Amino acid sequence: MNETARNLVIVFGVLICLMSLAGMLIWVERRMLSLWQDRLGPNRVGPMGLLQLVADMIKIFSKEDWVPPFADKAVFVIAPAAIMVATLASFAVVPFAPGVAVCNMNIGLLFFLGMSSMAVYGAALAGWSSNNKYALLGSMRAVGQMVSYEVFMGLSLMGVVVQAGSFGLADIVEAQRATWFCVPQFAGLVIFLVAGLAEVRRTPFDLPEAENELVAGYHTEYSGLKFAMFFLGEYVGVTLISCLIVTLFLGGWLGPVLPPIVWFILKTLVVIVLFILVRGSLARPRYDQLMGFGWKVMLPLALANLMVTAAVVIACG
Amino acid sequence: MWSLIRTLWEVFRHAFRRRATYQYPEEKRPLPARARGRIILSRDPDGGERCVACYLCAVACPVGCISLEATEDEHGRRYPEHFRINFSRCIFCGFCEDACPTCAIQLVPDYEMSEYKRPGMVYEKEHLLIRGEGKYPGYNFYRIAGVDFETRGKGTSENERAPSDVHSLMP
Repeated sequence: MNETARNLVIVFGVLICLMSLAGMLIWVERRMLSLWQDRLGPNRVGPMGLLQLVADMIKIFSKEDWVPPFADKAVFVIAPAAIMVATLASFAVVPFAPGVAVCNMNIGLLFFLGMSSMAVYGAALAGWSSNNKYALLGSMRAVGQMVSYEVFMGLSLMGVVVQAGSFGLADIVEAQRATWFCVPQFAGLVIFLVAGLAEVRRTPFDLPEAENELVAGYHTEYSGLKFAMFFLGEYVGVTLISCLIVTLFLGGWLGPVLPPIVWFILKTLVVIVLFILVRGSLARPRYDQLMGFGWKVMLPLALANLMVTAAVVIACG
Repeated sequence: MWSLIRTLWEVFRHAFRRRATYQYPEEKRPLPARARGRIILSRDPDGGERCVACYLCAVACPVGCISLEATEDEHGRRYPEHFRINFSRCIFCGFCEDACPTCAIQLVPDYEMSEYKRPGMVYEKEHLLIRGEGKYPGYNFYRIAGVDFETRGKGTSENERAPSDVHSLMP
C-alpha cells in the first residue's frame, strides 16, 4: 500500500512538475532570448512578467475550438495528443533522484528511443490530416528529419551503454560516480545534442515549423488548445532531451553537497538554457543540407565513436 | 563547427550589454526638435497669430486633411476664421510646414494623440493654436514683407535701407 501510494505520488508529481515547467519555459525562453538579443522580454504582466503565462493560457483557452471542414477530424484531434503522450511517456524512465523514477526498467534507454520514434506519428498525422499543402510539406520535412536523426541518436547513446554496461538509466547514473560520461564520451554528447535538437524539431532544425517559410508548417491549421498542445509539447520535448543529457552524460543526480533532486534540476536548467541559446544564435540550414549533414557527417561520426569506445573498453578489459 | 561555437559565445556575451529597449511609458525615446509629430499653429513675438490664411498648406497637403477659411479683422489683417486638421488622415509629412510662408504651421515632436472616438481626431483652431512661437523664435512676417499694419515704417524692416531724401542734394 505504501509502495502504491509512493508510486502514485511520484507519477502525479512528475506530471504536474513537467506541465508547470513546460509552462514556465514559455516565460524563460522569451526572457532568455530577449536577454541575448539586447531587448527586454515580457515584463509588464506580473512581477518581471511572470504572469505572462497566465495571460497566454487565458487567451488560448478562450479561443474557438475549430476543426477545418476539409480536414480529417479524428486524426486532426488525435495528432497533438500523440506527440504529447509520446513525449510524456518517455519521462517514465528518467531517474530524478536515487530510487525516484516512475518505472525503473533495466532497458530504460531502449524505451526512450522507442517512444521518441512514436513522436514522429504526431508530426506526420498533423500535417496529413490538415489537408493543406504547406502543412503537408512541413510534416514531410518533419518525418524525414526525425527519422534520419533518430538513427544516430541511438548510435551515439550506445557508447554510453558500452561504458556503463547496462541499458537502465539508474545504472548509467551510478556508473558515473567516478567521472561523468561527458568526459570520455564528449563526441557522443555532441552527437546526441544535435540529434536531440532535431528530434524535438527545435532551432536550428525547426524547418517543419519554419516560422518564416511555411506559414507555420505542420501546425498551420491548428488554433487554440490544440496549438497550445503542440507548443507545450515542444517545451516538454526540450525538457525531456535536457533530462536525458543530464542523466546520460552529466552525472544525473550526482553532486557533492546539495540534495540529489536539486542537482538534477540545476543541471537540467543549465542544459535548457543552452538549448535556448542555440535557438537564439544559429541559422537554419536548408533542408537538403540538413539531411546531408545527418547522413553523411553525423552517422559516420556516431559509428566511429561507438567503434572507438568499444575498442577501448575491450582493450582495457 | 568552430564558427558555431564562436557564434554561441558571441551571442552569450550579449547578455552583459545594456538593453536597447525604451520602457514606454516610463521612459520615452529622445526625439530631435525637427521630428515630425503633432501640428501646431504658432504666434509671432508680438502676440498676434502668424497664420495669414493663404491656403498654401491646404494645397500642399498630399491627403487633404487641412480645412480653413480666410477672413479679415477690423484692421484688414487676414486670419483664419476656422482651421481644422483631421489627424486621422494626416500623414505627418511636414509639407504644410515647408509650404507656410509665415512659419505659422509647425510640426513638433509630440506623438501622444490617441483618442477613443474618431471625431476626437479632428482638431480645431483652438486646439492647434499655441501661446508661443514654436520652433522659429523672433520671426514676424509682417516685419519683413506684406501689408504694413503699422508693424514697420518705411525702411525699418530687415534687409531694407532707410529711404533716401529725393529733394536734397546730399547723397
